[in-house]
Amino acid sequence: MADTRDIEVTVNGKSHTANVETRTSLGDFLRHGLGLTGTHMGCEHGVCGACTVMVDGEAVRSCLMLAVQANGQEVTTVEGLADEDGTLHPLQEAFWKHHGLQCGFCTPGMLTSLAAFLRDNPDPSEREVREAISGNICRCTGYQGIVDAALDAAKTMQGS
Amino acid sequence: MKPAPFTYHDPATPEEAVALLAEHEDAKVLAGGQSLMPMLNMRFVVPDHVIDLNGVAGISGVTDTGSALEIGAMTRQRDLMRDAAVVAKTPIIPEALENVGHFQTRNRGTIGGSLCHLDPSAELPCLMAAYDGVLTAHGPDGARDIPFAEWPLAYMIPTLGPDELLTKITVPYWGADHGYGFVEFARRHGDFAMIAVAALLEVEGGTISRAAISIGGADVRPLRLTEAETALVGAAPNAEAFKASAEIARGIDAMSDAYVSSAYRQRLAATLVERALVQAAERASGSA
Amino acid sequence: MVVRYLGAEVQRMEDPRLLTGHGRYVDDITMAGMLEAAFLRAPLAHAKIRSIDTSRAEALEGVHRVFTHADFGEKYSHRMNQLYPAPVIEQNKTQYPLAKDEVCFVGETVAVVVADSRAIAEDALALIDVDYEALPAVVDIRTALEDGAPLAHADATSNLMGKMRSKFGDIEDAFGKADHVFSAGFMQHRGGCHSMETRGVIAKDDPWGDGLTLWTSAQSPYLIRRALATWLGESEERIRVVAPDVGGGFGPKAGFYPEEIAICLVARLMETPVKWIEDRREHFVSTTTQRDQYWDLEVACTSEGKILGLRGNITHENGAYIPYGILLPNSSLTPLPGAYSIAAIDVGVDIVFTNTIANSPVRGAGRPCGIYAVERMIQLVSRKLGIDPAEVRRRNYVRPDQMPYETGATLRGGAKCVYDSGDYEALLEKALELSDYNSFKERQATARAEGRYLGIGVSSCIEDTGMGPYEGTTVRVESSGKVAVRTGAASQGQGHHTMIAMLVAENLGVSPEDIMFESADTSKFPHGVGTIGSRVAANVGPSAFDAAKKVREKALKLAAEVLEASEADLDIEDGVVRVNGAPDLSITLGELAIQLSPASALRVPAGFDPLLEATSYDGSSGSPIACGSNVAEVEVDPGTGEVKVLRYSVAHDCGVMINPMIVHGQIVGGVVHGIGNALFERMIYDDQGQPLTMNYGEYLLPLASEMPRVDVTHMETPSPLNSLGVKGAGEGGTIPAAAAIVAAIENALEEFSVEIDYYPVDPQYLTELIDKGAAQAAE
Repeated sequence: MADTRDIEVTVNGKSHTANVETRTSLGDFLRHGLGLTGTHMGCEHGVCGACTVMVDGEAVRSCLMLAVQANGQEVTTVEGLADEDGTLHPLQEAFWKHHGLQCGFCTPGMLTSLAAFLRDNPDPSEREVREAISGNICRCTGYQGIVDAALDAAKTMQGS
Repeated sequence: MKPAPFTYHDPATPEEAVALLAEHEDAKVLAGGQSLMPMLNMRFVVPDHVIDLNGVAGISGVTDTGSALEIGAMTRQRDLMRDAAVVAKTPIIPEALENVGHFQTRNRGTIGGSLCHLDPSAELPCLMAAYDGVLTAHGPDGARDIPFAEWPLAYMIPTLGPDELLTKITVPYWGADHGYGFVEFARRHGDFAMIAVAALLEVEGGTISRAAISIGGADVRPLRLTEAETALVGAAPNAEAFKASAEIARGIDAMSDAYVSSAYRQRLAATLVERALVQAAERASGSA
Repeated sequence: MVVRYLGAEVQRMEDPRLLTGHGRYVDDITMAGMLEAAFLRAPLAHAKIRSIDTSRAEALEGVHRVFTHADFGEKYSHRMNQLYPAPVIEQNKTQYPLAKDEVCFVGETVAVVVADSRAIAEDALALIDVDYEALPAVVDIRTALEDGAPLAHADATSNLMGKMRSKFGDIEDAFGKADHVFSAGFMQHRGGCHSMETRGVIAKDDPWGDGLTLWTSAQSPYLIRRALATWLGESEERIRVVAPDVGGGFGPKAGFYPEEIAICLVARLMETPVKWIEDRREHFVSTTTQRDQYWDLEVACTSEGKILGLRGNITHENGAYIPYGILLPNSSLTPLPGAYSIAAIDVGVDIVFTNTIANSPVRGAGRPCGIYAVERMIQLVSRKLGIDPAEVRRRNYVRPDQMPYETGATLRGGAKCVYDSGDYEALLEKALELSDYNSFKERQATARAEGRYLGIGVSSCIEDTGMGPYEGTTVRVESSGKVAVRTGAASQGQGHHTMIAMLVAENLGVSPEDIMFESADTSKFPHGVGTIGSRVAANVGPSAFDAAKKVREKALKLAAEVLEASEADLDIEDGVVRVNGAPDLSITLGELAIQLSPASALRVPAGFDPLLEATSYDGSSGSPIACGSNVAEVEVDPGTGEVKVLRYSVAHDCGVMINPMIVHGQIVGGVVHGIGNALFERMIYDDQGQPLTMNYGEYLLPLASEMPRVDVTHMETPSPLNSLGVKGAGEGGTIPAAAAIVAAIENALEEFSVEIDYYPVDPQYLTELIDKGAAQAAE
């Protein structure tokens, strides 16, 4: 018999209870258990960063955390970044404006990583932004649009 | 890349964790998971039991004893970097941790996890070697202290019994005026270092009074460059002395693998030892 | 006021969906009864399969079926078809969907498990017992053609797949009259796909209903439909292939893979939908790569550095199978002579089998290799003759007054390679200016005084883009006034939706938001070709523009009748046709559409075909040739061998830019891919054919932390080959990058006389060259 646990997780402000197999990663649980497919699994060994989500406010790899470990915790995914009325997060607006995405696959992890990073580092240098996203691989953009977007979003967020 | 099935345990105390280790033969301890989870996902390890320490009370956090840091094994790398005592007393630790993975992995990764995983290139073992850190393990018969020099047993294997749990790491302080240098070479930011060097210096009245140099990535365990340390004590902290240390580093036994030759590791060790010492000397009060 | 979109930096229509986590990639799709699959893959590079026992795997709870080659039955027992047959192919080797009795690379599909979940399917893989008899493997192409070398296939006559040659001009004369002949040998390696989304497939077969449907993360859905139909011996009408959102392609997703057949068969035989998502470890061994080429070249030149001829040979690694014809070796030869007027060329290619994953194009295909080779020879001439590398280029460029310039080379498909337009020297000057090339020597000297080693490297390229035959578009105004636009071309992030919406909106006088765009679904458009070789803008661009223009003309003609006005007095704005000077007279496009699609018993106005719709296959009448010049400025740390790219400047000309923001993104992304090739990415095999770089700690993709800011400037020389004057932009950043970086490293290390003979350039190798150079200098 598969080893399972009942868990209760708050995702994007909404509480979910589920019975999960203990070997299931948080990322797979979000995607296939809750249908929140915005979180992408890119490498499943913790390097590409596509699956990054925030757990209790801190950006983590959802492929390197078991769903059962999120029991009782608050998870924020890319689906939870925009306001409920659809107003985009300043980072989402900035990514749009600066062409910070092409295929869109790394984008959710970039956004969740940068949302946490900018909260802790509201006025970063370009170098700091580049190091912050060095754990997020993008094959399309060459990173420049992403870096520009992050710097622009930081300005917007400081102004607000 | 899904883990093979296992039975999951989430003990609440170190004693419970030790009891579970004693009870289950094929068990893996899950700390921050930043090394173990990839290995589980790739099925490089297929344990029957996974014992998760994330809910274990009393084994995380930093205590400043006045003469040393006592660090709970489950203290996350992020929290080490943010801890006031760590920043003030052992500034080389947060500096080195900037090189450990990425901020997202440091949000989960723990000091104990890194020391038990014992990757030859990892930064934290290299630091503990320089500091002569002491590791405290809990077993069925209680706790024992293990000096870091005795900690690595073999390639990625610490001297920890199958039913023992690393719970605490003690890092003795150096003098308030000590200098430190941490330099590593990795192909990309956050990669495991090809060679990492930690250097600590105390300088009094223009001469070096105490020195520690450790090199990660050269061998299966961090190396202390004791010959160079001895030569440095009593010497002036100048380019000539540090070049001599670099030449000693060039002579270390270094491993080779599919990507990196031992000669290149030796060459890197020489370069980086010199740079780390220069940095440490610049930061040591009393150098001038 | 007419809104102009062409040339505007319009924010992408695709983005709001992707930014909020509402993209729809293959793995996001789910359906009732869907099972999940995992493939058992060969652990050895070359072996006979003696037997396979799946009984233990099939007994596992949650496992539905396990298939091997034999389980597919006689009807499905044949090898895959050659997608691009060519006379050059002397030994045609293609895979079976599941290996029959021999495996020829680590990663070859051997069996497939179908289970309740992917995790259970993986559990079962460990329970399949295969008895292999190991055979010797051939890995190194430099020795693969020697007598006695192990054969990559047990039944092959040799490891030679075939030979090709690009030969034009009088090569003997060129070398005979040259003042100098210089030679160089070098290896080039370009790594794998590594799109952030791996490949993935869902198949559903409904023989009494919709037929066979395949959702696949692919660049060429129509090619897959045709290949599947051919392999199955069935009608294309009964097969639907959909490429939903695709998380990057870069070439390797342009082909047709054994998993795409196997999952279709499994879904058909089990009568249930089946999903397979490639995991990252599989990606390393089952998605095609572009690995080694060894070049040996000689260049003939005058004392002034004018190049007269180029000759030599290439050994090209093919891998075990031929999924993609000879596209790679062919596109390595086509770019010779680069941006230069070189009268005579004679370069051959030996295409060699190895027991490794098959090779197929990665961003740029062979073009980066061909351009690198030419640029290396320019660099060699510069160094040997002591002429500034920019100056050697000036002395050799094809000049604007030579356009159209026929090089003598042949494009894929047999057409002559003709440079259509461009001013290569002017482009170089722009790149030099952007990079402050003229003041570099001062920067270099200042840094050197501080013990730092700076270097600069220049590289120029041409790129044949926009290959035919076409990529059609249908534009149809609905009764709602919304505009449905359909094309076959798949997108993997290039922003086709935005580009096409801009072109249609501009012509039709509607807002881009009112355009409903559908692509890459074979049930929505009759035929498409594929998103490869920087061809979409130069093919879909003109067809979308033309189709929209035709719809506009039809709308205006009908509106003129309805409004009793002259066509010349009509204009369309916000979807409404108005009569200039008579603001009360108007009709919406939706109302016009209803007139052309009336309800029963009504008539379409006389003289009009039904529907406010047009389809166009207008494209490019040849391959528009884009061009670029790049300047890289690097710093090398002799202590470690580390190379830092400090600055990177690009002057690029892809003709008229439809959306400069998107072009900029393509160029910068392409440059970073090229820097990855130059410095980081290497797929390493051991001498037994075991892949060694199997994760993202070992296989080094470029990260934000190591990449420079890329400065880009443009020229816009219209292509005469299509109605918009556009040329492709998808690969122009990648193609010249490695040459610029390598030249810059050599320049930085001039005092050590460093000559680099392979890329990716790794720091260990550089330190060895530095130490050798230092020792020689000391003697």
